[in-house]
Amino acid sequence: MTLIISVFEQGFIYAIMALGIYITYKILDFPDLTVDGSFPMGAAITAVMINAGIPAVLTLPVAFLAGGFVGMLTGVIHVKLHVRDLLSGIIMMTALYTVNLRIAGKANLPFYNQPTVFDNDAVNGFFPEGMRDFQTVIILLVITAVVKLLLDWYMGTKSGFLLRAVGNNDTLVTSLGVDKGRVRIAGLSIANALVTLGGCLFAQQQRYFDVTMGTGTMVIGLASVIIGTSLFRKVTFMKVTTAVILGSVIYKACVAVAIRLGLAASDMKLVTAVLFLIILVLSMDKKRKVAS
Amino acid sequence: MLELLHIDKTYNPGTVNELCFFKDFNLKINTGEFVSVVGSNGSGKTSMLNIICGSMDIDGGRVVMNDADISKQKDFLRHRRIGRVFQDPSKGTCPEMTIMENMSLAENKGHPYNLSRGAAKMRRDYFRSLLAPLELGLEDKMDIKVGTLSGGQRQSLALLMSTMTPIDFLILDEHTAALDPKTAEKIMILTDKIVREKHLTTIMVTHNLRYAVEYGDRLLMMHEGRVIIDKSGEEKKKMEMGEILKKFDEISLEYGN
Ligand SMILES: Nc1ncnc2c1ncn2[C@@H]1O[C@H](COP(=O)(O)OP(=O)(O)OP(=O)(O)O)[C@@H](O)[C@H]1O
Ligand SMILES: [Mg+2]
Repeated sequence: MTLIISVFEQGFIYAIMALGIYITYKILDFPDLTVDGSFPMGAAITAVMINAGIPAVLTLPVAFLAGGFVGMLTGVIHVKLHVRDLLSGIIMMTALYTVNLRIAGKANLPFYNQPTVFDNDAVNGFFPEGMRDFQTVIILLVITAVVKLLLDWYMGTKSGFLLRAVGNNDTLVTSLGVDKGRVRIAGLSIANALVTLGGCLFAQQQRYFDVTMGTGTMVIGLASVIIGTSLFRKVTFMKVTTAVILGSVIYKACVAVAIRLGLAASDMKLVTAVLFLIILVLSMDKKRKVAS
Repeated sequence: MLELLHIDKTYNPGTVNELCFFKDFNLKINTGEFVSVVGSNGSGKTSMLNIICGSMDIDGGRVVMNDADISKQKDFLRHRRIGRVFQDPSKGTCPEMTIMENMSLAENKGHPYNLSRGAAKMRRDYFRSLLAPLELGLEDKMDIKVGTLSGGQRQSLALLMSTMTPIDFLILDEHTAALDPKTAEKIMILTDKIVREKHLTTIMVTHNLRYAVEYGDRLLMMHEGRVIIDKSGEEKKKMEMGEILKKFDEISLEYGN
């Protein structure tokens, strides 16, 4: 039971991050490695703020905005300085490693006894005693749903249309008299804001920050996106954002099963990489079949 | 008015593929003029349009639009007054978006792309009324992704999209090349109607000599980055296809292909 709950908890947390990666990879067609740095940055900011006694709710908007700023920098490096997409992300990821250490002050920063968004006087008073085990997952469900609905709403706005257009056919964006570079920067900004928010929630669920916790973020997020979008491709009434969230939960379930089968946590990166490769090859195969 | 003054352009400078293409290229197009451009493959038609629209940098010379030097102006800024249909049908529309969404995007050109609804339901009937005259059945496919349409259908949609908002210039690069003869005819008539109604200064590249002769009030023929025929007014009216074909033959003889 605890295992299932924890799959959903982490699935939802990673889903928020995966929604960001969905924007970069699927919508902007930009494999953004910044996320490997912005995810732990969310955790670092959160750990420092909570240890300083700042109310946990405030970590969410702060992390979100900080992530937006970092994504903007990646965009500027790519668009204004004409650095290739993958390299722009790698540069930012590398820089953020140091930044994260500076924010946290050390490589590992726990906050075991401090209140978090999942465990504070207000929510503890709201949920009855018997619901204690489900408290975190319910709060996460609500946050994830809100993020999803906001993203769906945004994608339906004029600004969101432009974002979809720029990854799809940026010549059209130019023809519309709009600076495609700025649209790209905005997209990367939103994406990294979501990823950083994911890192913020992850830290509060784990109750620590660790400088290495971002390694593989992009691959995990991408795996979730691809699982979700290929698995639910046929389900026309389902929004892509829902598919990505489900993909993330399924991915986490696979990982939990792998650990159950005796793999050590330290093996997980390799498992992730192999799993990702399999997913990638399978989904490409499908594309090829459709095309031919 | 649109002027290209002393344009120089070299492709791949400093490499073995260096190609000095435009050398002191000059062209002046008056406001409201409808210019048809013909010329063999690789004669520089698309390159000229790219220079006008800012899609390609120039090495020397000036581009002047309505007496303002726009040589340094960014492409997207220039496009605010230009409607453009590309030679490649996939460039004028967004394949992953529906017809409704594409037309909504196009209709908003010149206005901020803000947080208001992207596609307004109440515009639907208006969009359908624009599509109906094409007689391609697109008005019944409003919610279909444009990527699933045929090249010709996409190109027709692209023409509509490029002229939905107030613009001064219309740039058409073989916009009927991907169309079947009957649809091409319809699109040409529609093009002419739009150009006249909106008083657009138009440059239309075409390989269809009949269109070049029948439509527009000025005809240019390009060859190797130069204008070798430039006829307008009465002279243009008197021109016949045979005359242009003869010129094509002369060129091939001269250059042996
Ligand atoms: N980006 C580029 N880099 C190098 N050479 C180029 C580039 N664009 C065009 N050229 C060259 O310039 C010449 C003219 O090309 P352009 O596309 O303008 O021809 P065109 O008249 O539009 O031909 P078509 O009728 O086939 O469309 C060609 O020789 C082409 O190889
Ligand atoms: Mg061409």
